[in-house]
Amino acid sequence: MRGGALRAFVVKELQHIVRDRQTLTVLLLMPLVQVLLFGNALRNDVRDIRIAVVDPSPSAVTQRLRDAFVATRRFHIVADARAMDQVEPLFRRGEADVALVIDPAFTEQLGRGEPARVLLVTDASDPNTGSTMEAYALAVLGDYERTLRGGSAPGIAVQTRMRFNPTLESVNLFIPGLIALVLTLVSALMTAISLSREKERGTLEILLVSPLRPWQIIVGKVVPYIALGLANAATTLAVAWVVFHVPFRGSAALLLAESLLYTLASLALGVLIAANASSQRAAMLGALVVTMLPNTLLSGMIFPIASMPAPLRLVTNVVPARWFIVIARGIMLKGVGLEHLWVETLVLVGMTALLLVAAVRRFHARIA
Amino acid sequence: MSAPAAGGDAVIVRDVAKSFGETHALRGVSLAVAPGELFGFIGPDGAGKTTLFRILTTLMLPDAGSARVLGFDVERDLWAIRARVGYMPGRFSLYPDLTVEENLRFFAAVFGTTIAEGRAVIEPIWRQIAPFASRRADALSGGMKQKLALCCALVHRPDILFLDEPTTGVDAVSRREFWEILAELRAGGLTTLVSTPYMDEASQCDRVALIHEGRILAIAPPDALGAGFGQALVAVRGADRFALLKLLREHSDTLAVYPFGAELHLTSRRPAAERDAAARDVAAWLAARGHPDAVVAPIEPGIEDTFMARMSGAAGEAAA
Repeated sequence: MRGGALRAFVVKELQHIVRDRQTLTVLLLMPLVQVLLFGNALRNDVRDIRIAVVDPSPSAVTQRLRDAFVATRRFHIVADARAMDQVEPLFRRGEADVALVIDPAFTEQLGRGEPARVLLVTDASDPNTGSTMEAYALAVLGDYERTLRGGSAPGIAVQTRMRFNPTLESVNLFIPGLIALVLTLVSALMTAISLSREKERGTLEILLVSPLRPWQIIVGKVVPYIALGLANAATTLAVAWVVFHVPFRGSAALLLAESLLYTLASLALGVLIAANASSQRAAMLGALVVTMLPNTLLSGMIFPIASMPAPLRLVTNVVPARWFIVIARGIMLKGVGLEHLWVETLVLVGMTALLLVAAVRRFHARIA
Repeated sequence: MSAPAAGGDAVIVRDVAKSFGETHALRGVSLAVAPGELFGFIGPDGAGKTTLFRILTTLMLPDAGSARVLGFDVERDLWAIRARVGYMPGRFSLYPDLTVEENLRFFAAVFGTTIAEGRAVIEPIWRQIAPFASRRADALSGGMKQKLALCCALVHRPDILFLDEPTTGVDAVSRREFWEILAELRAGGLTTLVSTPYMDEASQCDRVALIHEGRILAIAPPDALGAGFGQALVAVRGADRFALLKLLREHSDTLAVYPFGAELHLTSRRPAAERDAAARDVAAWLAARGHPDAVVAPIEPGIEDTFMARMSGAAGEAAA
């Protein structure tokens, strides 16, 4: 009996979605258009670059090179290693941005008057930040080279390498952010609108004066949007893969599970917004302010969090999209699994639980 | 969940009050509705009808007082009441993008039943809207929408029906048809509470409560309401209604004057027994003041007259 009521609710909700052709078209085409539009992201300044120095045969000469980086204040050294292998885990965990790999024969090469070789490896999962960091490192190396010229002027030969996103395509970077955006839009915005529409039409009054429990109304309301949201996420991925050849290195199942988690958080947010809004218009504006703005501006999707002022950086911590984007980038671009993303996942789980509880509590069985 | 006590009242309201900030929607309302009764609430917009209905349908909690529906407390036995009531809110509350049949099927399912199971109850109404079963609800006429809404409120065979201004904004023919349906439901023994701003609909009810500014002014069968009217009442008909209205207010016998259809109704200070004399006095008085063509006749008070008299009485008490 109860199951029948819930099923009827979901069917009714699907009918609303399918019959609102305009909205449905917009929702289905939006990921496509956005993937194509977000072609050019913005360049940004970066401070506090974490650098790992790989120096197989330390000497006074290499020590001076190391000091040149320390002296800029922009860099801070997170590790002094003897081999690249030791730095690799730091990169995977996202604890180092740049690795300066000094040739074992660096001191000798300089002494012989040959160009001394160094390798610069940069984490470019965020292409903007990556290329900026690389440019800073090259500038430091250039200054160092000039101090050498004061002597016999052999110079140094720098090789550079970008990691994770070697072709430096910003599209790789914004796709995870775009998935977050699409999921938020469909889940939070559409749920808020459709629930406040019931409120405005007065149908919610009839639903409340029925044996349906509040949680059943919420579940019936959100189930179709979970499906729609995940379908949209899949479209975004497919377009990104086919048109822009964005890599997908990690587990699709994990990404799906994380997307589901993130969708739940957004849906709960949508219900909360609708419960507090007096009209469809208010719900829409509320949803835009509460979800869309933080999602695009404070999530790291476009502007790297590392280059934000400290207070804003703090604020980003309460934006669910921020955590989801780290997770999605990790899975897609780095191919890492839950062992590296469990902190972010836990944060999302906590946020989702909090939002769900708040939504169910705020959605009363009575209107006053 | 225990069944309501046999023979008890279907609805009992005791001293119910409800405020929204500074607005007192209900200021201590008490009443009882017998099983099978068709009970009407008559009052202007803002009288508190909708608030009372929302309290009785468990949508709102009263600030003070208590109410029982079918023997269940509106505060404690929320879910027992919700499984047994049919409710039609004031606004057109259906899904405009669903068809007639989809709307009905949905509301049946929400209450854990099917159209087939509720068929017997809705049959008389369903017959009228069945030809439009596959039409979208927003393409229906006002009268049809309202019949569909009633079907949706009835399909789960409720024990009691709450209709909040069901005929507001509906054409006269549909209004009459709607009340014919209510009469049929009443014959079937369904307890129905209905609110309306239209006085003429009150005469179809078993009993009527006059409600104004959150207070019940009177509860009585519709034809008995006028009987409590102690004053002489006269109807005045003339060319310049507005001038007459202003002039009649100056007459020393006048208690109240108000427009009523094409006429003016004047409540006199003189008792009902002297109404013929009162009418003759008013006619002579008007003739002396340049209105010899005014037609003045004594009349029996209707519900609206009772309402106007009681409202001005209530206003007088409040001012005193």
